Amino acid sequence: MQVKMNVNGKTFEADVAARLNLADCIRHEMDLTGTHVACEHGVCGACTVLVNGEAVRSCLMLAVQAHDQEVLTVEGLSNDDELSALQASFRKHNALQCGFCTPGFITTAHALLSKEPHCDEDRIREVLSGNLCRCTGYVPIVQAVLDARVAYQKAGVL
Amino acid sequence: MKSTDFDYISPHTLQEALQILEQANGEVKIISGGQSLMPILNYRLASPRLLLDLQGIPGLNHVNISPSGTTLGARVRWVDIEEHPTLRASQPLLCAAIDHVAHYQIRNRGTVGGSLSHADPAAEMPGLAVALEGVINLVGPIGNRRVNAVDFFLGQLSTCMASNEILIDIELPFWPRERAWGFSEFSRRKGDFALAGAAVWFDLDKNATASNVHIGLIGTGEKPMRLISAEAKLNGQKLAEYMIQDVAKECLRAMRFQSDIHASEEYRRALMVEMISNAFAQALHPLKD
Repeated sequence: MQVKMNVNGKTFEADVAARLNLADCIRHEMDLTGTHVACEHGVCGACTVLVNGEAVRSCLMLAVQAHDQEVLTVEGLSNDDELSALQASFRKHNALQCGFCTPGFITTAHALLSKEPHCDEDRIREVLSGNLCRCTGYVPIVQAVLDARVAYQKAGVL
Repeated sequence: MKSTDFDYISPHTLQEALQILEQANGEVKIISGGQSLMPILNYRLASPRLLLDLQGIPGLNHVNISPSGTTLGARVRWVDIEEHPTLRASQPLLCAAIDHVAHYQIRNRGTVGGSLSHADPAAEMPGLAVALEGVINLVGPIGNRRVNAVDFFLGQLSTCMASNEILIDIELPFWPRERAWGFSEFSRRKGDFALAGAAVWFDLDKNATASNVHIGLIGTGEKPMRLISAEAKLNGQKLAEYMIQDVAKECLRAMRFQSDIHASEEYRRALMVEMISNAFAQALHPLKD
């Protein structure tokens, strides 16, 4: 089936099978491999992307359902080699070890901070509870997100 | 973990959708938010020939609040309920329960109609539909059908909805502002499926005597249900916490609970007594929350 969507500001068109989920479409059809696929049944949050500004699990959405919609992946959050404020904060706080879950945490936290730049630690923990990390124990991740809030409080900053 | 192959269609009107269902002879699944259906497809527990998406059909995401009650369209998402400016005042028990549904990303896609149709007895929405005496509206080739939520659910993942029908919305009766209510559930992580949950509400007269007692159970049995035997014992009483604990214990004694890797039957039964007690404690002392 023919799909057309805006991905990280660029128009993407492809002929895909109806059963292709959005995560696989992003990875295999668009070659954007920053979006990671782990559990494939909506438990781990590694495949989180933003659709029309809202965080969704891309393994639980078909590519054809994203037709005519706006998709933002982890690649769309920074400019080339320059880290976004959120990414820099993850680096500063050592909020990753193996890094597999990181794109999902970054996209989820980006959606949260864009909508609620003044959220408290409880809210951050609640939102991030939908993402699994098997390395860090979450403490540095929560710290990194807390620390990145200030950048989102200044309007218009990624 | 990839689904089997299927065709996909996203009609723009209900009439079109009903025609497609009629022609598909049952080899079709309706997808709304897909947050329960997609895992089922990925696990290949279901392999429909055709997926019919409701996302292109306008008019299914309405939240109507009127003096006769509240209507929630099938495509209303959990995040829509959470962020609605007045729904919490009109349906406080519903909103308190929906706060517990799933995690952040799921809440942006999962829908009322999807959860009702999926009919998981461990999910909040089916439990609340029964506890609040909701009425579910279906459309089919021969017209509309109104079904009481209690009759809608037949068993685990099973409803009375025919393969050529579509769930349109659910009506919840008017909620008087002074009504007492409480909701309590236990899960290992917030957002996970509850091991046990209870939604209770009742009305108190001037003498603090309870009437209209409703106790909805989540996470037990084959389908969402009310604990009718306990409701009967508590109606007409001045409610006290020790009484509720005793009544809950007695009425749950003979009930079967699931036993699995997550919790034994005995543990789940004890947990349900606690959830009912907590919910009543909230209802009786709302200021403490």
